[in-house]
Amino acid sequence: MLEIKNLVVKIEDNQILNGLNLTVNDGEVAAIMGPNGSGKSTLSYVIAGKEDYEVLDGEILLDGVNVLEMAPDERAAAGLFLAFQYPLEIAGVGTMTFLKACINAQRRAREEGEISTPDFIRKVNAAADKLEINKEMLKRALNVGFSGGEKKRMEILQMALLEPKFCVLDETDSGLDIDALRIVSEGVNALREKGRSFLVITHYQRLLNHIVPDTVHVMSKGQIVKTGGKELALELEQSGYADYRSEAA
Amino acid sequence: MADITNLRTSAETGLSNLFEAARKSFATEEKISREEAFKFFEATGLPSRRVEAFKYTDLRAAIVEAAHPAEVPSAETAKSTVASAKAFAGVEAVRLTFVNGHLVDALSDLGSLPEGVTVTPLTEALTKGNPLLKALGPVEQTRENPIYQLNTAFLADGALISVAAGAKVETPVHLRFVGTGATAFSTATRVLVSVGEGAEFSLFETHEGPNGLAYQPNDAVDAVIADKATLRHTRLNREGDKAIALSTIAARLGAEANLESVNLVFGGALSRHQIYLHFAGENANAIVNGAAMLGDGQLADSTLLADHAAVGGVSREQFKTVIDGDATGVFQGKIIVRQIAQQTDGKMKSDCLLLTDEGQMMNKPELEIFADDVACGHGATCGAPDEELLFYLMARGLPKPIAESLLVQAFIGEALESVTHEGARDALIGEVEAWLRARG
Ligand SMILES: Nc1ncnc2c1ncn2[C@@H]1O[C@H](COP(=O)(O)OP(=O)(O)O)[C@@H](O)[C@H]1O
Ligand SMILES: [Mg+2]
Repeated sequence: MLEIKNLVVKIEDNQILNGLNLTVNDGEVAAIMGPNGSGKSTLSYVIAGKEDYEVLDGEILLDGVNVLEMAPDERAAAGLFLAFQYPLEIAGVGTMTFLKACINAQRRAREEGEISTPDFIRKVNAAADKLEINKEMLKRALNVGFSGGEKKRMEILQMALLEPKFCVLDETDSGLDIDALRIVSEGVNALREKGRSFLVITHYQRLLNHIVPDTVHVMSKGQIVKTGGKELALELEQSGYADYRSEAA
Repeated sequence: MADITNLRTSAETGLSNLFEAARKSFATEEKISREEAFKFFEATGLPSRRVEAFKYTDLRAAIVEAAHPAEVPSAETAKSTVASAKAFAGVEAVRLTFVNGHLVDALSDLGSLPEGVTVTPLTEALTKGNPLLKALGPVEQTRENPIYQLNTAFLADGALISVAAGAKVETPVHLRFVGTGATAFSTATRVLVSVGEGAEFSLFETHEGPNGLAYQPNDAVDAVIADKATLRHTRLNREGDKAIALSTIAARLGAEANLESVNLVFGGALSRHQIYLHFAGENANAIVNGAAMLGDGQLADSTLLADHAAVGGVSREQFKTVIDGDATGVFQGKIIVRQIAQQTDGKMKSDCLLLTDEGQMMNKPELEIFADDVACGHGATCGAPDEELLFYLMARGLPKPIAESLLVQAFIGEALESVTHEGARDALIGEVEAWLRARG
């Protein structure tokens, strides 16, 4: 599904990713764990197509197609989705307006007609119910005045509505209390199916109790330095990242 | 030694000739001081950039020729012009229709005014007399303003609207201004709205005119808002692309009076909207917003003066300008707090969104504070659409132009949020969307 080969990325004068290799198969949930500053968010932004980064080498293939040449919206149309670590507040843009625009953009990219308003409302309500999102929130401007947890739920709501092929979740657990963590995880688990893969980025192991990964990768200094099964996450929880910091230093 | 008259521009000479000619048609019993107004104008002339208040909007350069005051339109012309008027067409309101600055009875709802509201056509008031005429010119500082003085001198039509004390009027009155013509014309209208004690009233103004014609509308609204009264004023400038559109609202606020005023500008090669606020009574409250969406070749000026002359006044002014192409936005705002006006709370803000590198925004905020216990401030921002926000939207599949449009809409939307009347707000938002669609 997703193949990253020898990815080298810099921003301003800092090289952040140093020849990163990663493969995520169809239907797989892969976790990336790593200390702060190891380049996890950088990786997620580069996958999504943020402009600030300079890709010096490597490829990111989605079903064999290199996405590095595509604009962010084209990547989204191709089935990539990034749940942001820090979702942005967009004052003045109504959540429903935004959601409808996203769904219609996707339908246009697939050469389908616009969604009807009743269908749209039904779809949003169903997805919002699953994530226990208050309907009042949907009437407000996107993410404005939402709590950290509400913003994260809103990201998952968007993910559910856009039905992407490949989902990157960047520290979706940060800022979530235990109930919210459960709800969000259930929302993600409900989307696990053949034809859809996940890259779950987290600093802590606890998210992986809820979203149980197939594989766990450890990232340090812009590279994947260790790969294993879900037990690797538990090991890390015990030993911490000290080894990886010194190893890469 | 240069003869002073030689320094006058052709437009200034033209205005003098036009005033001379118009003089004959003025009713002798008039209670307005046209002569005085024109004398003031003749002494100052059309303001150039050397006049501080017109630093960025050089009327002397912009008005090359004085356009002829528009004739009263034929019934046919009026009817066909109004038939194509689109602004606020879907908003439920009682309409007063002005074609080329003349109130057209047959196309107005003078017979079905909401309870508590009376309307007297200005021409009738000027010939027959009317006690409300005394209330014209409610803000002192307008007497030094050449645009307002020209309006007074050439005043051709308008209306006196009176809202009875205590009347909570649900149905808004919509002043629908439409223009038409084969050659450039000028208009001078004045609408006085007097809102009685404790009354509530909504006044809408829309201005539409032909493209490709350098017509020169000059429209003024005088508002006298009595103690505890509320006026909600919503204005839409959809003037033609070559118009030189001048407008003023001058409002006097009584104790605990409320004013909500919004002006949304799309039209005109040059537009200047002036807002004069006089806080006469204690604890009055004004929210005055402006928004402009400008394209190639346009200049839009919003000039505001808030004069706090009583204790505890609150004013909030927010101006938003979207600049595309090589357009120019101008915001000049001045808050005066007189010595007696303690506990005044005045905040003024101008934000500009630049969609190209060629556009420009001129801001001139001023505070003149003579009281010591006040909270006043101003701020200005200017920049391109936020890259981070654009990326977020694009990552959700929105192509760049759509993402940018959403951000522009959100930016402008903030200035329209204060519009209480839902229908009016939706109509304004519809206009914003139309502008964005036309931009492509
Ligand atoms: N815009 C930027 N400019 C310069 N350095 C940056 C920028 N963004 C991130 N970095 C640096 O890149 C490194 C990796 O950051 P990030 O990808 O956010 O790590 P993580 O998500 O693993 O905590 C850090 O050292 C950070 O300081
Ligand atoms: Mg991060």
